[in-house]
Amino acid sequence: MPNPHSAAMLQLNDVSKSFGPVVALRSVNLEAHAGSIHALVGENGAGKSTLVKIVAGVHRRDGGDFVLDGQPQDFGSTAESKTAGVAVIYQEPTLFPDLSVTENIFMGRQILGRGRRIDKAAMYAEAERLFAGLGVHIDPRRPALGLSIADQQIIEIAKAISLDAKVLIMDEPTAALSGVEVERLFTVARQLRDEGRAVVFISHRFDEVFALCDTVTVMRDGSYIATRPIAETRIGEIVNLMVGREVADLFPKQETEVGDVVLDVAGLTSPGVFHDVSFSVRRGEIVGLAGLVGAGRSEIARAVFGVDRYAAGTVTMKGRPVPTASPHAAIRSGMAFIPEDRRQQGLVTDGSVAENIAAVIRQHLTKGGLLTRAAENKAVTPWASRLEVKTSSLDAPARTMSGGNQQKVVIAKWLASEPDLLIIDEPTRGIDVGTKSEVHRLLSELAGQGMAILMISSELPEVLGMADRVLVVCEGRLTAELSRDEATPERVMHAATASQEMAS
Amino acid sequence: MSEKTYPAYAHPLWRRLLLSREAAVIALVVIISMWGYSNIPYFGDTLTLTYLLLDMTTILLIALPMTLVIITGEIDLSVASVVGLSSALVGLLHEHGLGMAASCLAALVVGLVCGAFNGFLVAYVGLPSLAVTIGTLALYRGIAVGLLGTTAVTDFPTGWTDQAATIIGATGIPTVMILFLVLAVVFILLLHFSPFGRGIYDIGLSSEAAQFSGVDVKRTKLLLFVFTGVVSALAGIYFTLRYGSARGDNATGLELQVIAAVLLGGVSIFGGRGKLPGVIAGVLLIGVISSALRLEGVTVNVINIIIGLLLVLSVLSTSVLAWVSDVAARRSRGKAPSQTPAGVASQ
Repeated sequence: MPNPHSAAMLQLNDVSKSFGPVVALRSVNLEAHAGSIHALVGENGAGKSTLVKIVAGVHRRDGGDFVLDGQPQDFGSTAESKTAGVAVIYQEPTLFPDLSVTENIFMGRQILGRGRRIDKAAMYAEAERLFAGLGVHIDPRRPALGLSIADQQIIEIAKAISLDAKVLIMDEPTAALSGVEVERLFTVARQLRDEGRAVVFISHRFDEVFALCDTVTVMRDGSYIATRPIAETRIGEIVNLMVGREVADLFPKQETEVGDVVLDVAGLTSPGVFHDVSFSVRRGEIVGLAGLVGAGRSEIARAVFGVDRYAAGTVTMKGRPVPTASPHAAIRSGMAFIPEDRRQQGLVTDGSVAENIAAVIRQHLTKGGLLTRAAENKAVTPWASRLEVKTSSLDAPARTMSGGNQQKVVIAKWLASEPDLLIIDEPTRGIDVGTKSEVHRLLSELAGQGMAILMISSELPEVLGMADRVLVVCEGRLTAELSRDEATPERVMHAATASQEMAS
Repeated sequence: MSEKTYPAYAHPLWRRLLLSREAAVIALVVIISMWGYSNIPYFGDTLTLTYLLLDMTTILLIALPMTLVIITGEIDLSVASVVGLSSALVGLLHEHGLGMAASCLAALVVGLVCGAFNGFLVAYVGLPSLAVTIGTLALYRGIAVGLLGTTAVTDFPTGWTDQAATIIGATGIPTVMILFLVLAVVFILLLHFSPFGRGIYDIGLSSEAAQFSGVDVKRTKLLLFVFTGVVSALAGIYFTLRYGSARGDNATGLELQVIAAVLLGGVSIFGGRGKLPGVIAGVLLIGVISSALRLEGVTVNVINIIIGLLLVLSVLSTSVLAWVSDVAARRSRGKAPSQTPAGVASQ
């Protein structure tokens, strides 16, 4: 148990961080003590990763206090944070695959022997000592290539210990581990705790949080919500703290008449990514695809739209099969896809506003086979106007716009194609609150006009507020289908972590 | 809802035309020509024009499809080898008694196959075009030299070889320029006035975003490599007739001259930027400078040094211009009214 009277090893007070107009952290507090394992939980997008990156020296905070072992800190690089005694173990470590395990541990600070030559023997001995201390068996001479993710994490931990890290942050370390590997990691984590280090453990799995940690801090929307000793709380309370928000007023969902099936997906399977996914979306209906990041939601959408291939299953639009692996065919069948990564996939950022909005419809703007700028500009104007795109001229490059305005350009591009089905992945990620509600109002209005909408979102309130029906994806499988009335934050979160609870 | 209108362009037409990269290259061609006309003896002769154009025709032709390939962010280094292969093939087939027309057609088909092979490896297998076409540069050249050995075929019918050097009336302009102009118009319409052309730019700027918008990236790239193959074969036929000599080692090293001219004309080696009129002016600029200097008695080596420096300067100027406009854009954005304050809509 942490001693509340001892000074905290890591202390963050009222830390804030913005990226341009987007506020990632409003005000966050975190106090991690030596000899304690502190859980940090929150929905996707709550700001956990940003917080980790500030402690790790990747980002600089805009405001607030950051104290490490009694010393105020302001890291400008990851090297500074490492020297100060912070180590971050990521979900998927990035080792040098062609170097040996030992070389990875001592990267950049090799043990030198006589004549400033690298003393390999001493390094192997030290690596063996570290592994023995952790109670694991990894050959220090083998190359890192081919090691399991669990072993790679152990190597990162060994590296942290050899640097004598005082604070170890584990960012969702168990997401890709098997049951046995999780147990081994827990043993190591407890040992680190008993050695008097402060461990911060980030996880979506409540059973792990309750089995391993002694204190839990909840974050939501970039803000600190509460800290509780594990012994004095329950899963239910934590879930409420994570999602507790008035949902209904924020989202202007219209009641709509649900019509015929537009999209029908049956038995869609891509080995290792998603398995036997079947669902349909009807005219006038918003279907929310919820789940944790990495559950396979975006991958399902990409396969439906034909960006990725799938091994088995069928995609049918308005009763007609859609050929696989062809976005062009998907567009012709009446699909539109607004991807999550706006800058890489949604937009040609160096292209102009007009070029971007005309990108899908330009096939139909030719006269006598010729396409002119004038024809594009004419076709684009009503859509830019409808979405209230803010731009000085139609030939301004999209890269100069704000995130919200760029999203409007992407939406305009797809609405111009007058689709029957709109797939929209993270519709409001990284855009300001004002534009956010504009997008929500628009989606609701489009559904009201009879468009079928498949919306992927990691923001639970957005899913619950907008969707007529919620499909929950967990580890590549649909684990729940909930109607608007049935969909509560607790039930969605439950289904999103379902198989993990069954496994434990 | 009342419809909002947007100005189509940030700057008026004259400014967009006069301050473009293409305008600068065209202006340079005009200025150097005028200077040469009044200062260099014989520069104003129609014969100078004739030889200038005859010499540049091969590069002019290949630069058209090459521009499209480079705008997608790819490159084709095998074009000069296809010229050689096409030349050797025409010679070989003619020597074996096949008619000229049939020989030329066969060369065009082989050019198409060469381009399709490049395109297949780049677009469908996903190999980098730089590596693929370095390989096929050697491969096609090897086949070309293998076909004819070290011999040259020179006994082409004079009707055909004369045709390659005829001149339109008293203008001094070679008849072959009509062929070039027709192709230039086709490629300009394709690149600048068709959905296919917009797709080419999108691929160069962001191949992933292009794919998400329904552009068939693979098919587009395959087609562009087929175009360079066919046009290179056509240039090979012209080359053979113009010099009356079919050899496997014809036009060795020409690929670098073509690429240099394309870059000089304002096409970005990273893809996504550049226009065909600029490229045509770029080729002519090299032609005008070389023939002016040659008439002044400057040696070929010095001419090469000057053209090399010009290319480096032009690439440098593009970077500097991009940097300047970026800084200007950032400034004006800084002055723009700030975003909707967070929290307004959540009331």
